[in-house]
Amino acid sequence: MAVRYLGAEVQRMEDPRLLTGHGRYVDDITMEGMLHAAFLRAPMAHAKIRSIDASRATALPGVHRVIAHADLGAKYSHRMNQLYPAPVIEQDKTQYPLAKDEVCYVGEAVAVVVADSRAIAEDALALIDVDYEALPAVVNIRTALDDDAPLAHADTTSNLMGKMRSSFGDIEDSFAKADHVFSAAFMQHRGGCHSMETRGVIARDDPWGDGLTLWTSAQSPYLIRRALATWLDESEERVRVIAPDVGGGFGPKAGFYPEEVAISLAARLMKCPVKWIEDRREHFVSTTTQRDQHWDLEVACTAEGKILGLRGKVTHENGAYVPYGILLPNSSLTPLPGAYSIPAIDVSVDIVFTNTVPNSPVRGAGRPCGIYAVERMVQVVSRELGIDPAEVRRRNYVRSDQMPYETGAKLRGGAPCIYDSGDYEALLEKALELSDYSSFKERQAAARAEGRYLGIGVSSCIEDTGMGPYEGTTVRVESSGKVAVRTGAASQGQGHHTMIAMIVAGNLGVKPEDILFESADTAKFSHGIGTIGSRVAANVGPSAHDAAFQVREKALKLAAEVLEASEADLDIEDGVVRVNGAPDLSISLGELAVQLTPMSAMRVPTGFDPVLEATSFDGSSGSPIACGSNVAEVEVDPGTGEVKVLRYSVAHDCGVMINPMVVRGQIVGGVVHGIGNALFERMIYDDQGQPLTMNYGEYLLPLASEMPRVDITHMETPSPLNSLGVKGAGEGGTIPAAAAIVAAIENALTDFGVVIDYYPVDPQMLTELIDAGAAQAAE
Amino acid sequence: MKPAPFTYHDPTTADEAVALLATHEDAKILAGGQSLMPMLNMRFVVPDHVVDLNRIDGIAGVRDTGDSIEIGAMTRQRDLMRDGVIAAKAPIIPAALHWVGHFQTRNRGTIGGSLCHLDPAAELPCLMALYDAELTVQGPDGARKVSFAEWPLAYMLPSIGPDELLTSVSVPHWGGNTGHGFVEFSRRHGDFAIVAAGALLTVEGGKITRAAISIGGADVRPIRLTDAETALVGAAPDAAENKGAFKAAAEIARGIEAMSDAYVSSAYRQRLAATLVERALSAAAKNLNGSA
Amino acid sequence: MADTRDIELTVNGESHAANVETRTSLGDFLRHGLGLTGTHMGCEHGVCGACTVMVDGEAVRSCLMLAVQANGQEVTTVEGLAEDDGTLNALQAAFWKHHGLQCGFCTPGMLTSLTAFLRDNPDPSERDVREAISGNICRCTGYQGIVDAALDAAKTMQKGS
Repeated sequence: MAVRYLGAEVQRMEDPRLLTGHGRYVDDITMEGMLHAAFLRAPMAHAKIRSIDASRATALPGVHRVIAHADLGAKYSHRMNQLYPAPVIEQDKTQYPLAKDEVCYVGEAVAVVVADSRAIAEDALALIDVDYEALPAVVNIRTALDDDAPLAHADTTSNLMGKMRSSFGDIEDSFAKADHVFSAAFMQHRGGCHSMETRGVIARDDPWGDGLTLWTSAQSPYLIRRALATWLDESEERVRVIAPDVGGGFGPKAGFYPEEVAISLAARLMKCPVKWIEDRREHFVSTTTQRDQHWDLEVACTAEGKILGLRGKVTHENGAYVPYGILLPNSSLTPLPGAYSIPAIDVSVDIVFTNTVPNSPVRGAGRPCGIYAVERMVQVVSRELGIDPAEVRRRNYVRSDQMPYETGAKLRGGAPCIYDSGDYEALLEKALELSDYSSFKERQAAARAEGRYLGIGVSSCIEDTGMGPYEGTTVRVESSGKVAVRTGAASQGQGHHTMIAMIVAGNLGVKPEDILFESADTAKFSHGIGTIGSRVAANVGPSAHDAAFQVREKALKLAAEVLEASEADLDIEDGVVRVNGAPDLSISLGELAVQLTPMSAMRVPTGFDPVLEATSFDGSSGSPIACGSNVAEVEVDPGTGEVKVLRYSVAHDCGVMINPMVVRGQIVGGVVHGIGNALFERMIYDDQGQPLTMNYGEYLLPLASEMPRVDITHMETPSPLNSLGVKGAGEGGTIPAAAAIVAAIENALTDFGVVIDYYPVDPQMLTELIDAGAAQAAE
Repeated sequence: MKPAPFTYHDPTTADEAVALLATHEDAKILAGGQSLMPMLNMRFVVPDHVVDLNRIDGIAGVRDTGDSIEIGAMTRQRDLMRDGVIAAKAPIIPAALHWVGHFQTRNRGTIGGSLCHLDPAAELPCLMALYDAELTVQGPDGARKVSFAEWPLAYMLPSIGPDELLTSVSVPHWGGNTGHGFVEFSRRHGDFAIVAAGALLTVEGGKITRAAISIGGADVRPIRLTDAETALVGAAPDAAENKGAFKAAAEIARGIEAMSDAYVSSAYRQRLAATLVERALSAAAKNLNGSA
Repeated sequence: MADTRDIELTVNGESHAANVETRTSLGDFLRHGLGLTGTHMGCEHGVCGACTVMVDGEAVRSCLMLAVQANGQEVTTVEGLAEDDGTLNALQAAFWKHHGLQCGFCTPGMLTSLTAFLRDNPDPSERDVREAISGNICRCTGYQGIVDAALDAAKTMQKGS
């Protein structure tokens, strides 16, 4: 059946509350008797802790307790859990909730102060005396595996965390028969999370009542419940995790953090609720982040630009610990070969420890890096062979008649990566049309006549979305006729409430505003997995669709009995079941619900299970592959090196769109995040591992003033992998952006022969390249 | 990120403020708060006393004295941008203030706060250098005048004692057929400049008769490009006709002392200085007003 | 002992008297002293703009002002923007219509900033709006929905006046 609201631009259910200041984020929650915490954090990147003396801090009026590792006792003396164990992890280093005897990055939690107020807790931090013995720190991934490199951990002999490889096809043969082999090496730097709401936790422990409850600004409350219960060696039933309104996630809130353990233990020790709100400086040094990857690749191709193979080596920065398995390096390799049919690939990754904040995925995870690498090599082929970048792409795309197309790569969990549907070439043509690509050369020449340097860059991507195994939804009609909908999936602003209300309301014949939506509370739904990897629409969506459909069937069956009509003659509108052609014959969903939720001694209609509800875990039978082509048009000012993004055009296919307005918001937000990566966001450490960009004047997030208007056009190729035909849309804006921007800059500066081997591209770097190019041209 | 405890004072007269500063050691003056408050929140500064100037009458406002503009130290950046006297007689000030932070910070930020904080990349010190402004400082023994050239002693260190208060700034009026140009390069709108350049040109009889050029952000204090200013006198104001006079000024700018830091090299600052000086001069030559 | 002051101020038309520690920011006081948690603290160093409120009609960072400095002044927060009956005002309605918010954390600062900006600039260009909100960081939307909302609200408000 058709879903009524699917494809409608329904205004979000979430918004009136948020627009009037009535959101409920972690820091908005207060409790009787609640105390406030602040963390003492490592001031150096690598050191032994000789001793900790908190006596001066404890003596400060208003301070209740200072807790360090030694105060936790034997039961709580172990390291954090590995959330995603994997055989390739050779050194599985997780941190202690509070450092035991060694700190391995600036910002590692060493002790926690519990006080009457956050200000007093901060006062006390300065009074804790820690005797550190500085150790050498490793920061640069390019030299981290050298024999004489400092070691990130004192008890190891190598900074190699592990190795991975993606290898398929006959790579030797591809290179042997190639007309050309080109190589390129480049560094990719991705920045941090920088959700506008920092992390934050409130813990309340009630051993004789509800057990341990955690309110936390998180993307994966069930993962936290599992990890925390496991760490504490307690039943999951006695741990409740709630993600209230969350002010942005972008990946780094998907993990399980030392502070979540430490604040839980603090609440337990203090026998009262304890709140910790990460401040912005802490966010820079304690929220996981992405950082550097170095790629060194060779591409084999024919004289016509058909790519035959890609091989090379990647060095991936892991940071100091492994909180999140190998998700990042893995998701960097999975997208190879991008949108192209490349028969052979052999790329290996060295994952190296550094004394910096542990790494975890940020919007797109490794996909922006993997796609950037492929797109760079396509660009190299285009440049070296003098073929238009769009044309090189046309010659290499996976064609729509090849779908489903098995690339040879493996997804997380080992399943083959299969492109389920899409028409990549048609999508490119739409992007080219939207960007007026065909007339760009005239625009470029006209600008050049005025001394202005314009450039255009193309980038295509695929995105594996909707990874399994499932999310679930329960739909229950209550006596008022309102419909309670619950899911485990947490929202950080993506509009889940609206999306799910649209699906359920359309199926059930109620108004979206009659949906009472609750999510991300482990006490209210049996299990959820997490809001990561653009997976909610393709997992929660089908489950909501199915659960609502089941409830509809049940309601119609019961109504048919009550109204003595045939089910085929019934329809539901605005929460009322009516008999077609007999408008007086009707019963409301609420009345039907009452029949299935009777009071004592009343009977449930024969043949019906109690309660007008259904739960479904229907999802996607594989990863739907979304795709996009982007065109960036930039102007470079050779006088300053400034890059202005003049136009940005996106053609995107995320299958059937549930709410195009929400999809648009995801794409524009994603593109701007990608432009931030390409041009602005850079987290700088000195060679001792001290972070230098520690405020928003130094760490440059994209602002409205520099961002272009993003023009979007869609294709809707339904995914055959789920009942709604949807694919994920959360990261497809970010993934191809850096490649498009960098290609456009190079195109603008063709006169100077500029080739970029690092992003974010900064103006100083560009002026140096321009000057070098000008000097060479003059010779 | 909560400030460490301090004792708060909100005097209502400048004399009272000076007396408080003289009495209390380790006191910080709170003007607009747009630089001090972040430093307090981050505990980069942990003063015992904070002396808030916001309730003092008589040290805010703009007054035309005929040959100069007298600006009270507590005049907010917003009010400088809205002031009619400044718009008419020193239009480079609102033009440059457009680059200062964001409108929300300009609603609090003051000229005196900016000049005392003395961030090398800030726009107002660069302008005051351009004008050779004169500052009035009040201390326990009364008021004294300081030329802006003497004001910056070192990196973010103005020539003011711990018991002194900046009360006003006097910006001389250039008059005649004068044009102004202010350009800066920062990564994003509202960021501190990496390098900024301001220029004033007076033109009579088709020739430049007076020029001033200042560069901010390049070194620890604003730089006046006096050699270039002298060389410009007698040149045609139009870049196309002045036989490379602006380019020559740019080359002098390229030779300035410049700092380097974790983000930007001194060579890049020098390169920017050259670009921006030429652009500031071109802009100034294009908006000669004939009367001001 | 903590340095405190008695202050009186008006917030969203309602007068309040309180004893505040002098080091407390206006933002923290609004949130935790008055329970007006619509104002959000995003960076506490004056760059992100989430905490923007209006003091005597002008948009300011409430993390860069002490609560004690607001003594005797009139403060408007996001909670004070809607009509008295709770109906969204023109700007809020435009944000809703144009998908000008996702997670909602920067939204209060965007709304208060744009309220002051549109009052002073009733007919802005897209460039003007983008510069006006360049002191408000949004990580979710890419700003486009916000810009569209502001431009649309400006039109609506001009028609209404």
